[in-house]
Amino acid sequence: MSDRLTRFFGSRWGIIITGGVIGLLAALLQKAGNPPNMGICVACFERDIAGALGLHRAAVVQYIRPEIIAFVLGSMIAALVFKEFKSRLGSAPIIRFFLGILAMIGGLVFLGCPWRAILRLAGGDLNAILGLLGLTSGISVGVYFLKNGYTLGRSRPAPAIAGWIMPLIMVSLLVLLIFAPQFSEGGPIFFSESGPGSMAAPVIISLAAGLVIGFLAQRTRFCTMGSIRDVILMGDTHLISGVGALLVVAFVTNLILGQVHVGLVSQPVAHSNHLWNFMGMVLAGLAFALAGGCPGRQLFLSGEGDGDAAIFVLGMIVGAGISHNFGLAGRPDSIVDGVLSVGGTSIYGQIAVILGIVFCVILGFSAREKL
Amino acid sequence: MIQVDVRGFSCPEPLIRTRNALKGLSEGETLEILVDTVTSRENVRRFLMTKKFSIEIEELGDGFKIVAQK
Repeated sequence: MSDRLTRFFGSRWGIIITGGVIGLLAALLQKAGNPPNMGICVACFERDIAGALGLHRAAVVQYIRPEIIAFVLGSMIAALVFKEFKSRLGSAPIIRFFLGILAMIGGLVFLGCPWRAILRLAGGDLNAILGLLGLTSGISVGVYFLKNGYTLGRSRPAPAIAGWIMPLIMVSLLVLLIFAPQFSEGGPIFFSESGPGSMAAPVIISLAAGLVIGFLAQRTRFCTMGSIRDVILMGDTHLISGVGALLVVAFVTNLILGQVHVGLVSQPVAHSNHLWNFMGMVLAGLAFALAGGCPGRQLFLSGEGDGDAAIFVLGMIVGAGISHNFGLAGRPDSIVDGVLSVGGTSIYGQIAVILGIVFCVILGFSAREKL
Repeated sequence: MIQVDVRGFSCPEPLIRTRNALKGLSEGETLEILVDTVTSRENVRRFLMTKKFSIEIEELGDGFKIVAQK
């Protein structure tokens, strides 16, 4: 029975159903209160968690997002049920941490992870096309390195407790969300009173949706970066059929719910600075490819005991702190006195993206093993 | 017989290493691949199926051994 289920989840229908469920739940989470075109965004939600903990002080993006907690725990449950939970780590952790930081910096210049890029497109935000082109370009460079022997080396089996640290962190975050203690006057935990951080579906709904997605994604290895990589590397369309299903189902659900607004300017929590929408995602795509998974996949892996993926996730959360503290994150379009002000990123953000890409290229050439 | 040990490598390295090993494989020769996770096992299995290999999977203490022959 377990083997048959594993085969089903590994089949094309398994991945298509998973993508469809994610698309459906994302659109519904937006309806239930999550920010526009942000039913689910792994990068944004981790950034909100960083804010809630006071790792950055951007007051509009601070909330302990239950979806992130539930992604890890849902994956953990699936891995335990199917006896796949396996504590392992040791594949160049410091590099993975740094790639996590860079991926977040790139993602926040664009204002989203690959999941949100697809959801933004499904909501009519055409800027997402630039982001997805950038993502594909970054992944293509990563594939070039992979073909030429790029590797971060092997992970090794680790003491069981290593694999439990990430689920434990998530349970702790859940406790902080529920009890919302204030640790010092004017200190964390912070919860946004306005802006995207204040917009949230009810906790129980977010948790339930996240658990379902975490479970399914662990079983099917759903990965947005991997979907593009596999097409370029192997001509394999397995994963991308799931991503396609996500886009189609989210779009149709958005249409039914009246959540589609086609256009380029003044899209919700987005900017129309084409160059930096593109460049931000080049960096993110390259960092994801070199680390072996999109931010969602890294969460799911961390739920099944992969300590290296957990390090990447922690890197992303720290990266969110750096992004906002140093003004690197993208600034959305805004209307000032009836005049459109196109957003984008600061000169520091631009420099950070370029330096990040340079680092990734040096890494790609240097971390090589003759195949 | 060619043996490839891809234990501990993250996705998609097990597949790339398996694909590279195919190049050195002569007609009728057996290919053994050692993997440590179900993800790698399923990815490699799926890949070799598309290449028309017959496959046997053996469970080891710390992973799986995939034996493939064309």
